[in-house]
Amino acid sequence: MNQYPLWRYLFIIILILFGALYATPNLYGTDPAIQIQPKSGQPVSAAIIAKIKNTLSQQTIFPDAIQQQNTGLLIRFKDTEDQLKAQGYIQALVADQATVALNLAPRTPHWLRALGAEPMKLGLDLRGGIHFLYRVDTSAMLKERMSGDVHTMGDALRHSNIRYAHIAQAPAANDKTQNGIVIAFRSVADRDQGLTLLQKQTINSDYQFTTSQKNDRFFVNAAFLPQAEIALEEQAVTQNLNTLRNRVNELGVSEPVIQQQGKNQISVDLPGIQDTARAKEIIGKVATLHFQLVDTQHDAATVVSSGVVPFGDTLFQYEGQPVLLKNDVVLHGTSILSAATITDDNGRPAVSVRAGGNEVSRFNQITGDNINKPMATVYIETRAVQHIVDGKVVTTEKQFPKVINIANINNALGNSFQITGLDSNYAAKNLALLLRSGAYTAPIVAISENTVGPSLGKDNIRSGTLACEMGLLFVAIFMLFYYGLFGLLADIALTLNVVFIVAIMSLIGATLTLPGIAAIVLTVGMAVDANVLIYERIREELRQGVSPHASIYAGYERAFVTIVDANVTTLIVAVILFALGSGPVQGFAITLIIGLLTSMVTAIFFTRAAVNLIYGKRRIEKLSIGMKTDNG
Amino acid sequence: MEFFKANPTILFMKQRWIAAVISAIIFICSVVSLSIHGLNLGSDFTGGTQAEISFLQPTDATQLRKQLVNAGFTQATVQAYAQTAQSTSQHRYSVRVGLHKSLTPEQLKVKLLQAMPGAKMNSLEYIGPQVGKQLMTNGILAVVLVFIGTMIYIAIRFEYRFAISAALALVHDPVLILGIFSFFHVEFNMIVLTGLLTVIGYSLNDTIVVYDRVRENFRKIRKATPLEIMDLSINQTLSRTIITSGLTFSVVVALFLFGGQSVHEFSLAMMIGIVVGTYSSIYVAGSLAIAFGLTRLHLIPQQKLIDDMP
Repeated sequence: MNQYPLWRYLFIIILILFGALYATPNLYGTDPAIQIQPKSGQPVSAAIIAKIKNTLSQQTIFPDAIQQQNTGLLIRFKDTEDQLKAQGYIQALVADQATVALNLAPRTPHWLRALGAEPMKLGLDLRGGIHFLYRVDTSAMLKERMSGDVHTMGDALRHSNIRYAHIAQAPAANDKTQNGIVIAFRSVADRDQGLTLLQKQTINSDYQFTTSQKNDRFFVNAAFLPQAEIALEEQAVTQNLNTLRNRVNELGVSEPVIQQQGKNQISVDLPGIQDTARAKEIIGKVATLHFQLVDTQHDAATVVSSGVVPFGDTLFQYEGQPVLLKNDVVLHGTSILSAATITDDNGRPAVSVRAGGNEVSRFNQITGDNINKPMATVYIETRAVQHIVDGKVVTTEKQFPKVINIANINNALGNSFQITGLDSNYAAKNLALLLRSGAYTAPIVAISENTVGPSLGKDNIRSGTLACEMGLLFVAIFMLFYYGLFGLLADIALTLNVVFIVAIMSLIGATLTLPGIAAIVLTVGMAVDANVLIYERIREELRQGVSPHASIYAGYERAFVTIVDANVTTLIVAVILFALGSGPVQGFAITLIIGLLTSMVTAIFFTRAAVNLIYGKRRIEKLSIGMKTDNG
Repeated sequence: MEFFKANPTILFMKQRWIAAVISAIIFICSVVSLSIHGLNLGSDFTGGTQAEISFLQPTDATQLRKQLVNAGFTQATVQAYAQTAQSTSQHRYSVRVGLHKSLTPEQLKVKLLQAMPGAKMNSLEYIGPQVGKQLMTNGILAVVLVFIGTMIYIAIRFEYRFAISAALALVHDPVLILGIFSFFHVEFNMIVLTGLLTVIGYSLNDTIVVYDRVRENFRKIRKATPLEIMDLSINQTLSRTIITSGLTFSVVVALFLFGGQSVHEFSLAMMIGIVVGTYSSIYVAGSLAIAFGLTRLHLIPQQKLIDDMP
């Protein structure tokens, strides 16, 4: 009656081995490390390694180990202080040739890593680092777009010789939204003509047109569609996400977490680093774009050989060839609202650009004067560069301009134009991407900022582990005394439960946070409930004079329904917490969910298997379940 | 070892009026305390000001915090930045204080610097309550969803009278915890809210174990009044309730004692919650189901869950 088939035991053994295997990497710990990834893709040369060693030893920093890996060079340090100090020096040494990132390198042995076993990721609260929360201010972007469209619509009407009295952004319906354009006409005929024209243009598909009349004025009301507004907001957030990612990469942080939170917020987790000021400085910087005319009066090749650059010009390189650009900037990146890849009328890849703002009319005029002449797009990146001056690390900013496109001006350009003649879809995509990253971005506002020192992180781990151990120890001792052998089985199940939680979290790459540790501690308390329910039920049956075997059976069967009902309700709570919570709350919820699920397996299935193994095959007079009655 | 040699026969339902009076008094006290004192909301919710300061000499962060608290910044937190190669000559700290509406940023800066002599202020930033607003809405939404979700589950698995009484018993628990937090001015932050929701889940756990037994007993025992069934069920599950609550409580005490500052309020909320939750699942949830007129008939035709004894 109380026997499990062999395959069940095998299954349990496999589960335990599996859990133990994937939980093991967490025992090895991590080293603070610096990862150097050469941009060339080649391994770091021995000469540079020697130079790094030399410089570091001058600063009395002695790395624990220097390892070549397929991802680059890994330098391990004994503590975070050394690691942070070394970062500046190494950055200055390798300068532009490699990216230097702070890292926590696991000490996981090779054979475990080969099996895909990695330790749990630690949250910021456990390993130290900076957390930023930004809000993307989309209203500014919306305003910019509106003012651009006012120009475009006005131009379109003028080009078709439709006379209008005035055109303007609709007065704000309330303080928040500015979502429409009003065009006033003097006659019904003009208005209807205008309406047909505007409706026909695909560029205006984000608007819904209605008409109205007041006194002797006839109006076309173009309302910006809510879904277009949402799309615009999404675009603003995505664009900022991308820029932030690029920026953060430059900061040299391994495993940064940059994600959208809610509708228009972006959270940035920078594990390992401590310098808020520098982080903010780099994150705050944006790449810019310039549209500049190519100087066709001078020959670039002669300028290169003579070394004399004409006044008002700058020499650039484009696709390996020298090119002279006029310094006057025709259009700045801040005027670019969006850029997307399209196919032009000839079916070739092209990029369509939408611009807005005050610069556009001047841009229109200058391009009109320079039809059939080439214009260049220059992408300018500002990067922090580190040097060693007198043994100290000094950070300066340097601009890196780069010509990314040169195209002929076919006609006077306005709010919306195309860059054609691109070689491939890939080139078009790349250009659009660069245009977007240098384009106007909705401003971001930091709304919260949190720094966790590395020592605080260590303290948190220590105290969390201690709490977990003490809780487990108390529960284990109690269960052993109160339930005898059955208590011991419950204790083993509890320990296995913690092992499984750790294994699953490591396997799915969940992040362990302090609230997560609290959840593990709490699960210990809750997991034991299942065993208490079962054992109390068995005792109850025994008291009623039921035979030991029947009692075990009834205890497990009856308690099972209760345990499921009770756990499902807690699970509902945990899932809701996960869905609605953010950051620490989610860490708590995910751990609780995993813990609840694994506890059902360990507390019911495992202990039953053990009980069956011990009592299953023989006639029993008495169960070791802590009862002093003689009927058992 | 056994605490309960045989099933105890405590007449819980007889005491239910006393319990009701006690519950009502504490409930009203909590509501009164909440309406007078309000909650001591943490800077998660209210927003606050963050300043970066530096000293030429290393200073003790705990000492700094003490100075700030003495100067009236009760929610102040101080954190030392790690030394980097770039900042060897300075010792930088991040200081965060709660919301001080009455002070202009300039006044705040002066007051902060007065509290920390010798400090140089590098930056002072206001951290808006936007996060707080969203957290608050999400928190309230979470509470509402938890209620709806669990009520639906109980209504499906048991009966709607159970669902309503369980939900009412649930309202009772967090209100008491909030009342205690408000009365003793303990900071209420996001983690405490998490604790509060966990308590809801935990207390529900207890309630369900009792209800489960009620359902079983109604099916098994034909000649008993609902009151007798309720008493019997609570008594039968009493040993389990006390052992589990005791163990979970001691685990949370371990968290409170050893888990460090950041889980203090969380474990405090959990500790109160376990006590209140255990009480409410014994006295409140059961009596409410009876008060709603639960009888044997409501539980009979549901499903074939009657176990066949082997």
